[in-house]
Amino acid sequence: MNSLDRAVLPIRSSEDVVRVRQMARERAIAQGLSLVDQTKLVTAASELARNTLEHGSGGEVEIVLLNDGIRKGVRLTFSDKGKGIPDIEQALKDGFTTGGGLGLGLGGARRLSNDFSIQSKPGEGTRIMMARWR
Amino acid sequence: MEKIPILKMGAFLLVTIQVDMHDRLAMQLQDDLTERIVSARARGVLIDISSLEVVDSFIGRMISNIAAMARVLDAETVVVGMQPAVAITLVELGLSLEGVRTALNVDKGMLLLQKRVANAQPGRRR
Repeated sequence: MNSLDRAVLPIRSSEDVVRVRQMARERAIAQGLSLVDQTKLVTAASELARNTLEHGSGGEVEIVLLNDGIRKGVRLTFSDKGKGIPDIEQALKDGFTTGGGLGLGLGGARRLSNDFSIQSKPGEGTRIMMARWR
Repeated sequence: MEKIPILKMGAFLLVTIQVDMHDRLAMQLQDDLTERIVSARARGVLIDISSLEVVDSFIGRMISNIAAMARVLDAETVVVGMQPAVAITLVELGLSLEGVRTALNVDKGMLLLQKRVANAQPGRRR
């Protein structure tokens, strides 16, 4: 069950990617992020959601509101049971693509986020966490 | 089926993107626009993104592709109305949109296209 604090969305279609953008935007607004920070968060979320769909063969994202008493933020964790990333450093390099894209999605999402981490092994799926703070 | 409308304005085509496009819709627009450039013998394409609050690498690639296909078909592409937050994010994302001219709004975009078309082929008759 989804609440404002924590929600899980499936990523199984390109329409789901749109929904992820919308929810990321709503959560960013709820946490008082500036327009620029909202845009960076939503754009990063869009890149990662698409990656989950295309490279991960679909998965889900957990969207959580962060509040450490001083700052507020939003964290998104994308997970899939796809083929995994064999070389994470390479995958993060601009221009590297296995899907015919621009190769900016993974590295770009990292640049647009305050916190960012990737857990992935071939055959074990992928888990990517990104967070943006106010 | 949902489609982004393409308007013909003299020798130019105008596309106003007002919805948060899912990827299939973006690909459809790319194809429709390319087809329309040929059928309308358009000399320029104006893409109005003033309503777009997010431009990610997929949309960025769509814009670059449109510009490249237009160029092959002897048409120029101008993107207008980019929101400041989008511009800032695009730079950090690393999207350069090379070969794509930008303008503040549709009026200025049209002027830009008219100038480029006039300079490219002075005296050309349609």
